[in-house]
Amino acid sequence: MSNNLKEQEELQKQLRKDALRKNWKLFSQSKLGMIGLYIVAFFLFLALLQPFLFITGIWNPAIYDPVVGYDQIKAELLVIECPKEYPTEKYESYSDCPGPGEVNIKKLYMAPDLKVGEYYDTFIQPAPPSKTHLLGTDSLGRDVFSQIMEGSQVAFVLGLLSATLGVGISTILGTIAAFFGGRVDAYLMRQSDLILMLPSLPLLFIISAFAELKVWHLAVVLGVLGGLGGSVITIKSQALQVKVKPYVDSARITGGSKWQILFQHILPNVAPLALLFMVFSVTGAIASESVLSFLGLLNIDMSWGIMIYLSQTDGFIFSGLDFWWLILPAGLAVTFLAGGFYLVGRGLDEVFNPRLRKR
Amino acid sequence: MKKNVIEVKNLEKYYEISRGLFSRDKGVVKAVDDISFEIPQGESLGLVGQSGCGKTTTARSLCLLDPKTNGDVKFLNPESQELESIDDLDDDELKKFRRNIQMIFQDPYESLNPRWTIKDIILEPLNIHNIGNLSEREEAVKEILTTVGLTPPENYMPRYPHELSGGQRQRVSIARTLIMKPKFVVCDEPTSMLDVSIRISIMDLMLNLAKDLDISYLYITHDLAVARYMCNRIAVMFNGKIVEIAETEELLKNPVHPYTKRLISSIPVPDPKYKRTEYELNFNELDEIISNNPDKTMVDIGGEHFIATHDVKDILY
Repeated sequence: MSNNLKEQEELQKQLRKDALRKNWKLFSQSKLGMIGLYIVAFFLFLALLQPFLFITGIWNPAIYDPVVGYDQIKAELLVIECPKEYPTEKYESYSDCPGPGEVNIKKLYMAPDLKVGEYYDTFIQPAPPSKTHLLGTDSLGRDVFSQIMEGSQVAFVLGLLSATLGVGISTILGTIAAFFGGRVDAYLMRQSDLILMLPSLPLLFIISAFAELKVWHLAVVLGVLGGLGGSVITIKSQALQVKVKPYVDSARITGGSKWQILFQHILPNVAPLALLFMVFSVTGAIASESVLSFLGLLNIDMSWGIMIYLSQTDGFIFSGLDFWWLILPAGLAVTFLAGGFYLVGRGLDEVFNPRLRKR
Repeated sequence: MKKNVIEVKNLEKYYEISRGLFSRDKGVVKAVDDISFEIPQGESLGLVGQSGCGKTTTARSLCLLDPKTNGDVKFLNPESQELESIDDLDDDELKKFRRNIQMIFQDPYESLNPRWTIKDIILEPLNIHNIGNLSEREEAVKEILTTVGLTPPENYMPRYPHELSGGQRQRVSIARTLIMKPKFVVCDEPTSMLDVSIRISIMDLMLNLAKDLDISYLYITHDLAVARYMCNRIAVMFNGKIVEIAETEELLKNPVHPYTKRLISSIPVPDPKYKRTEYELNFNELDEIISNNPDKTMVDIGGEHFIATHDVKDILY
């Protein structure tokens, strides 16, 4: 008997493993989903790499800390004298002089002894990418690559926290609305209509005007807003579909209580859709954070949005690609991580939604 | 004389509908309109009729899924062996009472939770009512799986519904229904979604179980052939009312009500040369019965053969 039970348990474990493997196979067949997964994994690697580098001492926190680190980048600039009339052979207009690696002698008030043709030793910030700083430094001499890593930590914490919270709220409320119906349903639906109607970004401006917003505050706000909004309606519609299935009826005939039916039948069958929602809402949370910190409304030490915000306030954002390492890495990181989560969601959609499967 | 498992008197189920601005025009749809029948212990009653005539609504009212609007339903209490009404029971008593009624559903693909194993599905009633300890429950599941012909049970218990065929799933539903040892089971077209080749084996299984375990079925179907195979008596339902109720052979050989006649004439004949002609409604017999019995709603024309006396001319034409 006990032997039989053990065998059966093992068989069950095996079957569960098989189901997992089957789902993984379905997911891995979706190219978009796999690309998304690789992107997300890459950023997760970056997020985890930074503390590792600090702990092992490969990076000195005094230099590489994304917020308070500082590194002097030495540079030798050729002293030249800018011509009075343009265009010349070397320079097309007034704004081209001095070119890269050069300095105008008329601006060298602090070193009056230097002559044209000599080299001027100085420290430059922001410094372009080099071996010590893979993505250069920003206008305060801080390592951009380290800031990107810090930013991906912030993005993961914020995205996952707000998505989990939001989907938790919307799953519970959606199933309750579907299951109990009547006034509870009417109230929850009107509430989510109201939240959908409110423009979320201006609302966040107002909230940040009254309260100091930190990462986890923002995660809670975004999670609650997302959780009470449109996803409740979608989850409710799914729960309504499950509610009228004959297996729910047969549980009711047998005498199952409301809570037994809610937790044993309806929630497990709504869960895949909820998971999908979670992945998609990570994207929204990351994008919202970037916008808010670009506008300078968040009290966060460092994030991708803040990096772009700083390059804007320091006046580098309109200088084209001359200072690309201040804008592009952060901008691309936001785009790619948000896109990566979206693609993972698309892949999961194919696993959970049999109609989307090829075959 | 056998006791009745269930007695239904004047059961009504109305659905309110409202139309117009601020729902000013109110009306009711009479899905089940004043039906009465009883089923003796161990016998089966077939409920036949076209789609939308109220068969399933009747079943759902009897199983307490949808509350009835009016009427008197009495079930046999297996402990006291007396017919009891369940209208005044409180929640705990109702839960205890629910052990005695079960329902088998039409669609074996939808009536099993896709995320549960077969073992969990069959265990559910035992878990809800907290019967026996874990190993006893497991033994009960094994026993019932063997009873419904899914052997060896160890092979089926850890599987999921999608791994089984339609016939096997319906066997699982039957097993789940029977694990509480009910005396009255409502079957809502349990074989209509199945392949013709498996249908007969499922029906045989249900008949054998009824004989062995002394179960009464209320068997809902639109297929008169199935009803003939399964049931001792057949009730023909039309437009929310029972129009004719009689012993199976009597009803099929000697139908009186024009709707029953039309229903029987619509059975397809497996002969390619046979040409079906539209049945012409003949109300003479019914009119005679109605005029002879002006006060009764149901008339016994001999041998427990009942005919409803309400006017159906307008609706049938």
